[in-house]
Amino acid sequence: MTDTSMSSPAHSTSKGTGANLSKIALRWGLYLILGLFALYYLMPLFVMLTTSLKSLEEIRTGSLMALPREVTFDAWATAWSGACTGIQCEGLRPYFWNSVLIAIPAVALSTLLGALNGYVIAHWKFKGANLIFSLMLFGCFIPFQVVLLPMARVLGLMGLAGSIPGLIFVHVIYGLGFTTLFFRNYYVTIPAELTKAAKVDGASFLRIFRSIFLPLSLPIIVVTVIWQFTQIWNDFLFGVSFSQAGTQPITVALNNIVNSTTGVKEYNVDMAAAIIAGLPTLFVYVVAGKYFIRGLTAGSVKG
Amino acid sequence: MAPILDIKNLYKSYGPVEILKDINVSIEPGDFLVLVGPSGCGKSTLLNCIAGLEPITGGTLSIGGNDMTHVSPKDRDIAMVFQSYALYPTMSVAKNITFGMKVRGEDAATQEAKLKEVAAQLQIEQLLNRRPGQLSGGQRQRVAMGRALVRDPKLFLFDEPLSNLDAKLRVEMRSEIKKLHQTLGASMVYVTHDQIEAMTLATKIVVMKGGVIQQIGTPAEIYNTPANLFVADFMGSPAMNLIPAKTRKAGADTVLDIARADGASMQLRDHRALDLPADVLVGLRPEDIAESGFRAGADVQEAECLVDMVEPAGADTYVTSYLGGKQVTARLHAETSAQAGQPLSLAFDLGKVSYFSPSTGERLN
Repeated sequence: MTDTSMSSPAHSTSKGTGANLSKIALRWGLYLILGLFALYYLMPLFVMLTTSLKSLEEIRTGSLMALPREVTFDAWATAWSGACTGIQCEGLRPYFWNSVLIAIPAVALSTLLGALNGYVIAHWKFKGANLIFSLMLFGCFIPFQVVLLPMARVLGLMGLAGSIPGLIFVHVIYGLGFTTLFFRNYYVTIPAELTKAAKVDGASFLRIFRSIFLPLSLPIIVVTVIWQFTQIWNDFLFGVSFSQAGTQPITVALNNIVNSTTGVKEYNVDMAAAIIAGLPTLFVYVVAGKYFIRGLTAGSVKG
Repeated sequence: MAPILDIKNLYKSYGPVEILKDINVSIEPGDFLVLVGPSGCGKSTLLNCIAGLEPITGGTLSIGGNDMTHVSPKDRDIAMVFQSYALYPTMSVAKNITFGMKVRGEDAATQEAKLKEVAAQLQIEQLLNRRPGQLSGGQRQRVAMGRALVRDPKLFLFDEPLSNLDAKLRVEMRSEIKKLHQTLGASMVYVTHDQIEAMTLATKIVVMKGGVIQQIGTPAEIYNTPANLFVADFMGSPAMNLIPAKTRKAGADTVLDIARADGASMQLRDHRALDLPADVLVGLRPEDIAESGFRAGADVQEAECLVDMVEPAGADTYVTSYLGGKQVTARLHAETSAQAGQPLSLAFDLGKVSYFSPSTGERLN
């Protein structure tokens, strides 16, 4: 009796340390695997960054994976303001601003209109509201290649062909499906009694939207803005189809820099240009990413 | 005085589905009208129609003598308290209460004064800077009431305001609403599915079922002389006993012949010459059946019944027996000597009896 009672605590302790050890091993194994994945995903970025900081000479002679022996920002300067896109050699700068001029109004407009649409569809039910919502959803799944020709014709008729307002228009129209979906799904979780109470309080359609719905919408606005900004900034198809010299967005310019060079391929300039083109979306994610995750789950968690 | 709320021939349908059929209700200033009925009876829809939140299909509706049939909610001079309270989540309590005044463009001084007055009345002064999310259920309820009170409307509308509270708080808030009604003397329309709430609060009750008004009356009228079987069964807890009986005339009396569990039928005499069909349902409230010797009067009839079950409930003891093939409940005093399986002499107070037709369900006397 005494023996068993004496030995049992000792036994359990040794078992406890064993369990702890395997727990620690599992944890480190997990970190290792995650670390490897992270490395794998970061590899291209690493190559881009290092290449963009090397001179052409070094790229030719050195290894792809090697760190630059001599850091130089010449390639970045060239990409920004000197690289040739076809016959002009002004770098990415003018096109970067084109993209900014397209993306900011288009994101703002499509988000605002999506919010209004979602508000109406979720809280001001009218005959055929569900049908219209389904059609807008359908719009999310139309491949953009299908609409290129009709849209070109419409832009022509509106006198917006090849202009920045034309591109804004296109992006707003094709963004509405998603923005409406986002806001509608968020707003249906807001109880209808809130609208009723506000109506009894005397608030108008727009007043209710402004004073009650918009203040509740920050998470979904962040989601929509990130989504729309990424889509519009990264868009190539509309940019290349509906622009002309001088109104092209940065994605088109990047393509021209990479594909229109003759002779020696300036890999460092190409890499720097690609990073510049990608920086704004990266920036938006870093700044608002926290809200992005929160907003995506907000709709489903709220009762 | 002109009725404060007057509803005439109101119909409401969603497509082919009729939700409300031929509703006629009117209340005087200071009335507390309770719309009561099981879920799906259309009581909340009716309230929404009164508020103007749902358009009506037919009929007219006037508030304070003005036709409001097609007027938008904000111009009806009403205030409404919702089941979920519907507090604006991003606004502080103070802003919630003053939102309506702000929308209507009242000046800041008036808003401030009214807010103070209402906050003091409802004892929510210390909550004014909080958000609704930081309040308990009872506190939210008070804020929702404050939002209605601050308007000082012609008509208050309540849509099941207590059903989200726990039992104890519900009773507390119920008496507070009653007190509020007494001190304000305001006209109120209140929707509930809880018949006790209806009885305790109302000066006038409307019992509804399937979109049709079953009975309108004071709580006493509804309780004592229900218009049909539905009302008799719905109002009161435990429900009214409905005992199948055969009737015959015996001189100036009406004799009720009720089957008993042990075979031999029981006879009760109503000393009134009533023109009743041969088969009736005898409606008697549990409290109108007492132990022999505890109820006296010209209309009290005694009979021996076999006790089936004894349920002590503290203040009273409920005793059940089988009469006419139905379980009948009697509300006896707490110290009754009734025992299950034993016969007991019960006193039936036929002065309070209701007769119903088994076929139509309508009241016969």
